[in-house]
Amino acid sequence: MQYLAPEKTADAVKLLAKSKGQVHLLAGGSDLLVRMKGGYIEPDVIIDIKRIKPMQDIKKTATGFNIGAAVSCAQMGDHKALRRAWPGVVEAANLIGSDQIQGRCTVAGNLCNASPAADSVPALIAAKAVAIVKGPKGTRRVPVENFATAPGKTCLKKGEIVESIQLPKRAAKMADAYLRFIPRTEMDIAVVSAAVNLTLGPRGVITAARVALGAVAPTAILIPEANKILKGDKLTEESLESLAEVCSAACKPINDKRGTIDFRTHVAGVLATRAARLAYTRAGGKL
Amino acid sequence: MGIDTPMKDRVFKSVGTRPTRPDGIDKVTGRARYGADFNMPGQLHGSILRSPHAHASIKSIDTTKAEKLKGVKAVVTSKDFKTKGITDPDLLDIIDNCMASKTAYYDGHAVAAVAAVDAKTARAALKLIKVVYKKLKHVTDVDEAMSPGAPLINKKCFTQGVEPAPTKASNIAVRSEFGHGNVSEGFQQADIVIKRTYKTGQSHQGYIEPHACVASISPDGSGEMWVCTQGHFVFRQQCAEILGLDAAKLRVTSSEIGGGFGGKTHLWLEPVALLLSRKANRPVKLVMSREDVFRASGPTSTTSIDVKMGVTKDGVITAAEAELRYASGPYAGAWASYGAMTSFACYDLKNVKTVGLDILVNRPKTTAYRAPSAPMAAFAVESMIDELADRIDMDAIDLRIKNAAKEGTRSSYGPVYGPIGIGATLDAAKKHPHMKAPLGPNQGRGMACGFWFNFGGQSCTDLNISPDGTATLTFGTIDVGGARASMSLVVAEELGIPYDKVKAVIADTGSLGHNEMTDGSRGTFASSMSAIRSCRLAIDDMRQRAATMWDIDLDDVTWENGHAHAGGSSGSNHAPLSIADIAARAHKTGGPIAGHAQIVADGAGVSFATHICDIEVDPDTGQTRVVRYTVIQDAGKAVHPTYVEGQFQGGAAQGIGWALNEEYIYGKDGRLENPGFLDYRIPVCSDLPMIDTQILEIPNPNHPYGIRGVGETSIVPPLAAIGNAVSNATHVRMTQVPMSAPRILSAIHANKDSD
Amino acid sequence: MSVLVNSTINGDQYEFVCEPDETLLDALRDRVGMTGVKEGCGTGDCGACSITLDGALVCSCLVLGAEAEGRKIETVEGMSDGDKLHPLQTKFLEHAALQCGVCTPGFLIAAKALLEKNPDPSEEQVRYALAGNLCRCTGYDKIVRAVLAAAKQMRKA
Repeated sequence: MQYLAPEKTADAVKLLAKSKGQVHLLAGGSDLLVRMKGGYIEPDVIIDIKRIKPMQDIKKTATGFNIGAAVSCAQMGDHKALRRAWPGVVEAANLIGSDQIQGRCTVAGNLCNASPAADSVPALIAAKAVAIVKGPKGTRRVPVENFATAPGKTCLKKGEIVESIQLPKRAAKMADAYLRFIPRTEMDIAVVSAAVNLTLGPRGVITAARVALGAVAPTAILIPEANKILKGDKLTEESLESLAEVCSAACKPINDKRGTIDFRTHVAGVLATRAARLAYTRAGGKL
Repeated sequence: MGIDTPMKDRVFKSVGTRPTRPDGIDKVTGRARYGADFNMPGQLHGSILRSPHAHASIKSIDTTKAEKLKGVKAVVTSKDFKTKGITDPDLLDIIDNCMASKTAYYDGHAVAAVAAVDAKTARAALKLIKVVYKKLKHVTDVDEAMSPGAPLINKKCFTQGVEPAPTKASNIAVRSEFGHGNVSEGFQQADIVIKRTYKTGQSHQGYIEPHACVASISPDGSGEMWVCTQGHFVFRQQCAEILGLDAAKLRVTSSEIGGGFGGKTHLWLEPVALLLSRKANRPVKLVMSREDVFRASGPTSTTSIDVKMGVTKDGVITAAEAELRYASGPYAGAWASYGAMTSFACYDLKNVKTVGLDILVNRPKTTAYRAPSAPMAAFAVESMIDELADRIDMDAIDLRIKNAAKEGTRSSYGPVYGPIGIGATLDAAKKHPHMKAPLGPNQGRGMACGFWFNFGGQSCTDLNISPDGTATLTFGTIDVGGARASMSLVVAEELGIPYDKVKAVIADTGSLGHNEMTDGSRGTFASSMSAIRSCRLAIDDMRQRAATMWDIDLDDVTWENGHAHAGGSSGSNHAPLSIADIAARAHKTGGPIAGHAQIVADGAGVSFATHICDIEVDPDTGQTRVVRYTVIQDAGKAVHPTYVEGQFQGGAAQGIGWALNEEYIYGKDGRLENPGFLDYRIPVCSDLPMIDTQILEIPNPNHPYGIRGVGETSIVPPLAAIGNAVSNATHVRMTQVPMSAPRILSAIHANKDSD
Repeated sequence: MSVLVNSTINGDQYEFVCEPDETLLDALRDRVGMTGVKEGCGTGDCGACSITLDGALVCSCLVLGAEAEGRKIETVEGMSDGDKLHPLQTKFLEHAALQCGVCTPGFLIAAKALLEKNPDPSEEQVRYALAGNLCRCTGYDKIVRAVLAAAKQMRKA
């Protein structure tokens, strides 16, 4: 096996395109090294992206935030402006594993791992985040909800690499929230999760809503109906009930070692309403 | 004071204090050496190939390619184990479990092993071994394994304990029965009779240190082994028998042990390491991965238990009956019998009958886990006691107090109890402020009792006095959590010298006589009994030396506070002699001063506990939170109370994990789906509250200091205590462990639907 | 092909050779001899192999040895100041916060990382900060108390 640590995105793209055999990108390594340990993969080449400068930082830009692919989730938690603007995204990122994992894991890696249960992904979808993909043919922007195509599969083509994740600028009276169910209080993979991003107009009326669910389908899913239900009114018991219903109805979960179909379907609705309440109050709405 | 003088209102100076443990600094600086922290010169790296199938006959194993790989020094399969002449069926099972012979009985069963110059080569060699399997039908569920048409795991399994012996093979390996009185008559006297079935998942000890050993055997049949184990003497004996070695020539050293809880009482890979070493004529290191630990060491039984109990309106339990079905893996065990013996041991019952059935399944070989088999039985029985109390509108603690066993009670498993602590723990629980604390919304309080036998057995100790008067105790049970501290306290107490003038050393098998395992909560009980005897022999020796030094009669020398005192007519002329004074002159009075003792420690003294817990349940998700937890247990005399508390807390935490989340999950293909700490979910720090403890000290009359074992009982009550708390919080009775959120939520929904 | 790695470990310069797919945990244990760093799972679930890497708390089982080139590593072996134990080490002993002790090095490193960021944590903050370190012996009670006591002592110093 070969370990390579390029210092430029372009070099990483070149190495990725020309390397033969099993080639894997290494960001935080909290998924990759586990798969190596289990013998599920035996890479011929590992390309470590952590020494690529532009991937190491969180930048506040005119259009929002740019989170480099090598930025650890702990770095996100320490970034005050990001935390203020996107509390839901940051809390989702900070829920991935322990403090030890936080020191390594990245949202870009979480996205590329393409697990339906990835914590940061529903929050990124609800936040309308975009992955900036560099490849041999240049740059393309992929909305996060279109990034994963199946469990463990992404839209990335040979030689392509996620350079950063872009989050939009936070509008006034806009806030997000992320909640998940895990059997313990820490260290678990989400059994079901929900992210809600709400924008309020005058008098607490919701003007836009994005709701996404995790671990209830082959990929994290956006629930477009949620916008129709929540838009145009304050957050009411009736709208919350409808939100729970559409969320549960959108679930196509499986029975596995972490949860059952019934459990995931029911709790998806419960968590969506709880996250909606949280986002609503964060955005300045009064319940 | 005679050698075996029992305790009588003794006032202790050292025992009962809380000094820092002597092995502590090594353990906080990274210096302590555990199983995998040791290497021998020229050592090879061993690796084991395991069956990917739940049940398969092994048609052939071709190791030629692996043997030819550069760097491979030895390859071993079951053919290398010479079982001719071995008749002990348990030992034959151990061998078959260490290396499958004809059949791979479970996902993870070892089928071949290699030793190579490094890990990479060993891994590559495993891939070159070609095993041809024929997959067989498998069964992992304990009830399914008993049902007609279930795949037969062992064609030669005829249920033991049944007269006349059955002629048809089945998966029921052993039947055991206990009890007295007449249960049918008892049930007729009852006003309320309840019958229920309870199920518990298979839990693992979950020690943080995986199994590891370094083995070295020379062509002359002598060898040594470094291993993390709960009993290096027993490991030596069994390994010597398996390999056809003289036990005396195999020197086994126990490493520091990174947790065991019963799981390190059994051989899993050590004979394989020895065999590889013998074949390669090089030392071999074998270390399990975490995945190996879950797949191929010995978890506890998954169980299915029927309980029937009857009670009168005024709270007298008139009869109790249980059938307990315990999965033992693919080999026979005695696990159900422990369940059958412990299930009703807390109560004074006129009519009681328990039947235990050990069931073969395609899961790893069951081994001991802290009070083995008792927690599952207690879950069933203690859940039912709460339900009975509810039906007769009596407080659950009062029903327990009313029926509690006491001195003179004939236990449900036979013996008549001496002084015991069940009543005392219940009284303490009733008075405990926890019982009266207010509960928040969605919270419920539960309680439960637990029992464990405690073991004694063979122990052997040496006490040596150094020329400067300091003392070394050499003992043979391992230090799993403070044993060196407690042994040092006992020696300091007995000799009358300060704690820090004692060094407690754990001997390798070449340095001391045979010692049984640190299991059955016997370590402190049995080794301290032997240590006290060693001290008393040394004191007798020192009295003799003082008599010589003073030139007076031995009978005129008394021993007090670590000093020899001259009595009789010449007493006033001689200042007392300290141990240091006597030791300094030892070369003139007969040489080194020592006391060697070997005992069979009888009378371990049974142990009881009562636990109280508060649980909050989220009614919309079924999520549970342990809000408050209290452990009350009879410890006999607590040698080092802080470590006694630690045992109480640790056992409770393990029980909480088992109750709420921990279980082996098998897929339809019979493969283990959660062989790791990610999905085998032991409690993390943020899952638990502080765990309050109350130590009751009811002296064990059979020990010179009144010591009882304390390590195991604390895992017995939590399953039921939590079940009862969940039931009180949700008005739903949980009959299956673990009480995971999906199970609780589905029970809540089913309850709503039936309303 | 093996990789040559230069790292600062507990303040000292080390040079070691490792395989490119070898974890930092294995390199520290087998190449450098720092066996205080323990393997409990190898998958980042138990925290026994906790170290700090350029000041960040990580599981060394989830880092490649090759990644440590030019980085600063702290392990339990570097925790005490000569013969003076770190207050966390002292409090762990005083509170009997260890039974078998195999998880202890990881807990000490994780607790040290916590107290450097937050010198006055609440019980709940300690519990969540240490959630990545599994202990099977103690039920965590005495560990949490030891960390709170060490924090108190360190604030006074």
